[in-house]
Amino acid sequence: MIQDQKSKKGAVTGLLFIAIVLLLVVLLENLSAILPAGSVPAVLMPTSQLFTVLKKGAVYSLVAVSMNLLNGFTGLFSLGQAGFMLLGAYTYAILTVPVSAKDTVYYLYGGSAVNFSLPDLFGGVDTPAGLILGVLLAILLGGCVAALFAYLIGLPVLRLKSDYLAIATLGFAEIIRAIFQWQPLGPVTNGANMITQIPTFNNFNITDANGTVILRLSTFFPFLIAIICIVVIVMLINSSYGRAFKAIREDEIAAEAMGINLAKHKMLSFCISSFFAGVGGALFAMFVNNAQAKVYTSTMTYEILLIVVIGGIGSISGSCLATFLYVACAEWWLRFLDSATTFASPTAPNRIAFMVIFAVVVIGGSALLIHRERRGSNQVWKQTLVGLVAILLLGWLAWFAATGELTLPLLRTGFRMVAFSIIIMVVVLFFRQGMLGDKEFSDILFARRRNAGKEATK
Amino acid sequence: MEFFISTLLFGISAGGQYALIAIGYTMVYGILRLINFAHGDVFMVAGLIGIYSTSWLTRLLSEVMAPEAATAAAIPLSMVLVLVLTVVLGFFIERVAYKPLRSAPRMSVMISAIGVSYLLQNTATYVTGGQPMTYPNIPMLSDTVPIAGTSIKWVVILTPFLVVALVLVLTQLINHTKVGMAMRAVAKDFETSQLMGIKINSVISTTFIIGSALAAVGSMLYFTTYPAIVPTAGAMPGLKAFVAAVFGGIGSIPGAVIGAFLIGICENFVKILPFEGATTFVDAFTFALLIIVLVFKPTGLFGEKATDKV
Repeated sequence: MIQDQKSKKGAVTGLLFIAIVLLLVVLLENLSAILPAGSVPAVLMPTSQLFTVLKKGAVYSLVAVSMNLLNGFTGLFSLGQAGFMLLGAYTYAILTVPVSAKDTVYYLYGGSAVNFSLPDLFGGVDTPAGLILGVLLAILLGGCVAALFAYLIGLPVLRLKSDYLAIATLGFAEIIRAIFQWQPLGPVTNGANMITQIPTFNNFNITDANGTVILRLSTFFPFLIAIICIVVIVMLINSSYGRAFKAIREDEIAAEAMGINLAKHKMLSFCISSFFAGVGGALFAMFVNNAQAKVYTSTMTYEILLIVVIGGIGSISGSCLATFLYVACAEWWLRFLDSATTFASPTAPNRIAFMVIFAVVVIGGSALLIHRERRGSNQVWKQTLVGLVAILLLGWLAWFAATGELTLPLLRTGFRMVAFSIIIMVVVLFFRQGMLGDKEFSDILFARRRNAGKEATK
Repeated sequence: MEFFISTLLFGISAGGQYALIAIGYTMVYGILRLINFAHGDVFMVAGLIGIYSTSWLTRLLSEVMAPEAATAAAIPLSMVLVLVLTVVLGFFIERVAYKPLRSAPRMSVMISAIGVSYLLQNTATYVTGGQPMTYPNIPMLSDTVPIAGTSIKWVVILTPFLVVALVLVLTQLINHTKVGMAMRAVAKDFETSQLMGIKINSVISTTFIIGSALAAVGSMLYFTTYPAIVPTAGAMPGLKAFVAAVFGGIGSIPGAVIGAFLIGICENFVKILPFEGATTFVDAFTFALLIIVLVFKPTGLFGEKATDKV
């Protein structure tokens, strides 16, 4: 009874939270129209990097959560996510290219072999029914195709364990990529060229007769789909199937002894995860406005895997949080590292900000390293070395503060990703649990209250 | 017929290059049970070091001697430099990224390897600016010789002999020296060998050093055949070499070499299969082979029977 009440309360809180998030997204997106012109900060303009980050973050968080379902909750280490995304993206793109645009998109092959388009069946992309029904159906079918392929791949592959499973799924992703680039399939997949002119997120902006945007929903749409899918995954994890998945993760033999059908549950998890990866792939195609096989490489899978690891393997909210942090860092916050920066005036705010951040990073990093060394073997020289390097760096900072003008060394195209991968390595090596470990955000938020409750019952 | 011979020659040489990388994979897997995803990227970095060290040494030497003599002297020197620096890189990767995770679950180490691979690729993009770099011509290796109606680079002919010689040396090292014995012991049983007084960290470092050195030699041969290096150039040969290692039975050095030769030859014949767009399937073929091997004979051609591997 208490359990029942608690879960109902949790569901209400969750729904409330989701509603607030969705409302905030819509509000954020339309602030530029509500606020008087001229007083809109650059961040809130529709072309701002913020919305790119939000859209990509929504898409990636769905894929990351789907990967977490497999890697974190079922303990199947699969690296095929990019392949399933590709299947979803291509299914979506092939089914939604408007009939009128087929000849221009498939001009190399003299038109497409698929001579219908889902939105056109329901009245075209420009009508609400055609857009919503057509796009949703195509996304769903994208997921289904991915799940079907996952079933076929899973039949031989799921018998393998740990790293062999990883490399086999990686191989399948590469095979799928090769098939979609195959010239003879051109009338369907457009060969190695991209499929363009598909309905994108921007089609969901509501416009008036003149074509001016009344209500922007282009960020709202991916959020809505991603949230619905993630809720489904969370419900699945909390169901008896989810408990079976976790049992398999903890100990396969024990799980089997408890009467869990290993093959069936592994296959189920693999197919469901691939379904949502396919949906994520379809959304990704909408995000980048095209579908092209060469984008969905193993690098993409690695990226998503690193997101899952940073967020904490086995934590849904961790994956979502990590996705937005990752995407924001990669696309937005660390952009300044890609171009040469000169701090000329000694009082410029970005100069002070740089000095503070630099000092914090150096002191924090060296403290972490020294602390770690002390915990392990007592090697004094290592600690001294770290300390010396830190002092040198701080000395450089002091010298810089004293002399004034300086062009930061190293900063040019590509440095962002180097800095970024170093941060990732630090997370992988020093914070192996990720941001949230296998806890959920709500666990941490409500931990104190729950502990208090426990003591009261004692 | 001529076409057949030249394809076979190219296949054997590609196989030799994969073999040199595959040995690094198979030795590391044998000892640490880790798919070292960064190994392919170490191979790519070795190629880049070759490019930069050659141009740097040429510039340095041309100040003291005639330009032509400088170029001639720079190449062997830079080859030594490539070998040394790649070994240092491999050693450091193990010490920094894998050693702290020795007691962690296997998956953490693999994720760390993926992280290192990501870091190496991004660093390479940063250093080269994302441009494809041209590998310097190594005299002798880059010269061509007419065989069976086509002109073929010397490297294609020399590769298999060099590989076989290196593998012979390596098997001698593993079967008849103390370090080799320690390696075999660690591969057999990690914990017991520790109890027997084997310094596990130095054995693992030696493994990484040997693997990196072979990858460096492989990079010289590979990039003389395919002269452009992009930051992702190492990923595909790396994965193929891993497939070769699995094909031959992971942990077995002769197995990895034979697997690599077979994959190299098959791959070059897939390229010339008489149907449209066959080249698209070169990489896919390797992975299809991998999956077939994993499903039907998980221990590979020469692998020892072990129930816990798959």
